[in-house]
Amino acid sequence: MLVPVLFGISVLAFMLGMASPGDPVEAILNPDGTQIIDQKEYDIVRERLGLDDPVPVQYVKWLKNALTGELGRSFFTNKEIKEQMAYRLPYTIRLACFGMALTVVFGLLFGILMAMRRDGPVDHALRFLTTLMLSVPGFWLAILLILVFVEKLHLLPTSGLNGFSSYIMPGITVAISTIGVCARLTRTSILDELGKQYVTVASSKGLNARKVTMRHAFRNSLIPITTFLGNYFAGILGGSTIAEVIFNIPGIGNYAISAVKSRDYYVVQAYVLFTALVYVVMTLVIDLLYLVINPKIRAGEKIG
Amino acid sequence: MGKKKKTGIIAACILLAVILLMSILAPVLAPYDPNQIDMKNPLAMSSAKHLLGTDNIGRDVLSRVMYGGRQSILLALAATGLSMALGCLIGMAAGYFGGAADLLITSVSNVFQGLPGMTMMIAIAGLMGAGVKSMLLALVLTSWVGFSRLVRGEVMKLKQELFIEGLKGMGAGNFRILFMHIAPNLLSSITIIFATRIAGSIMSVAALSFLGLGLQPPTPDWSVMINDARSYYRTNPLLAVAPGVCIVCLSLSINIIADWLRDRFDVRRDSVNE
Repeated sequence: MLVPVLFGISVLAFMLGMASPGDPVEAILNPDGTQIIDQKEYDIVRERLGLDDPVPVQYVKWLKNALTGELGRSFFTNKEIKEQMAYRLPYTIRLACFGMALTVVFGLLFGILMAMRRDGPVDHALRFLTTLMLSVPGFWLAILLILVFVEKLHLLPTSGLNGFSSYIMPGITVAISTIGVCARLTRTSILDELGKQYVTVASSKGLNARKVTMRHAFRNSLIPITTFLGNYFAGILGGSTIAEVIFNIPGIGNYAISAVKSRDYYVVQAYVLFTALVYVVMTLVIDLLYLVINPKIRAGEKIG
Repeated sequence: MGKKKKTGIIAACILLAVILLMSILAPVLAPYDPNQIDMKNPLAMSSAKHLLGTDNIGRDVLSRVMYGGRQSILLALAATGLSMALGCLIGMAAGYFGGAADLLITSVSNVFQGLPGMTMMIAIAGLMGAGVKSMLLALVLTSWVGFSRLVRGEVMKLKQELFIEGLKGMGAGNFRILFMHIAPNLLSSITIIFATRIAGSIMSVAALSFLGLGLQPPTPDWSVMINDARSYYRTNPLLAVAPGVCIVCLSLSINIIADWLRDRFDVRRDSVNE
């Protein structure tokens, strides 16, 4: 199932490039729109870029190159896209991991608290808090954080990257709405599990409520949560764009945005393909994680 | 569902009504023209003349805030409406006819699901040029799958029902069955996703406009205002805070209403099943 998805996305990525109205040859020879282009020169550049070939041939060539990691050069900076991606990826990965850690810690914590105090004041308060978290745009939160922690309290650096402390605000920006989603998902899946028969059995055997929740219900409710977190991780690896732009982090998302603004379509294609690849890999990782979490699958049983 | 829940949902409805009324009545309520530049009075703090102060080129912030939701709310509605229409048609076709049509549609929607929403939006909005049209297209392309998946599942379930068999026996055509008999049964679940998706669309429109890929300055729009304020909010924090509060109030009230709809719907479904 994953290979066709990847194929489809690669065609999509390629078509996006074809559909772009800008002429890459013009863009190289005539970046400011003032030069008169010599026809011969135009043809040479056109051929060098392989734009003379029929579209399917261009696609196959492009895909072949992409599969070997050869993503081409940026039209504008003429830098290798591969190298640029390799340089930028670590920043995005660090940010994604930090956002993920925040999501797992607070999302699960809030979710478990809500489930254990169902319909009590804690549950109500946290439900409101998580809805609020879903409703706050990341970019606005980022500005508020800067106002409070940088301008008023002088606690954190605004931009630039000096170690851990410079990832705190971007991390919160990336994680805020996902903590909300994760907490709600955790709550509902634990409550679903608590409604099942084996929980009744466990409680009637005299296990206390906390043990039942933590050891049995929580463990089983991890399955939908894992799927969600995996997709989320793929999502931030592809674009924690807003946090990267506001906090000047030279990550993948920032790269994509600047490419988009200059119509640098090889870079955008590479970026789309890259995020799709990340998604596919994450889907595989999630499937493997299921084996660890759920012994039923290991034993070859069908879950239904 | 206690009293607390009721007060919560009523508060959310009032909040939503206030924001919608403010946006609709902006031309009547706003004290100034939102785009009127006053270079003699830039970055003024709040005063009786300008309740929320003025921005870097002297435009009245209060007036801009009042106008600031009009375009993005309409865009979010249009995007969600279009994805709903597209998603429902595709989902109904896939669920009802099954076979090759279903296979094709399912694999196409897998492709669309394989891209994180933001990536797709950046790619489309950027390659087609930043602007309202590409933002709409990007939003529709990323959110139709949510509708079509749900509709497909529901239609597949409904197809097995006896009344559909009966209708077929009476010689009703596929078209008639789909639109006259199956579609009405989908309304409640579609409404719920619509409400949830609206909140999501508002956030996406806001994010894209903030990144410069959607609504463009000098449109008086909340996200555009926040982006414009990025160099000036240290002087007058209200420049960035006021429009943000509006976005939060809008999406918070919609989210609370959507939650409430979901709860209600689930309760009803359970009681029907039991």
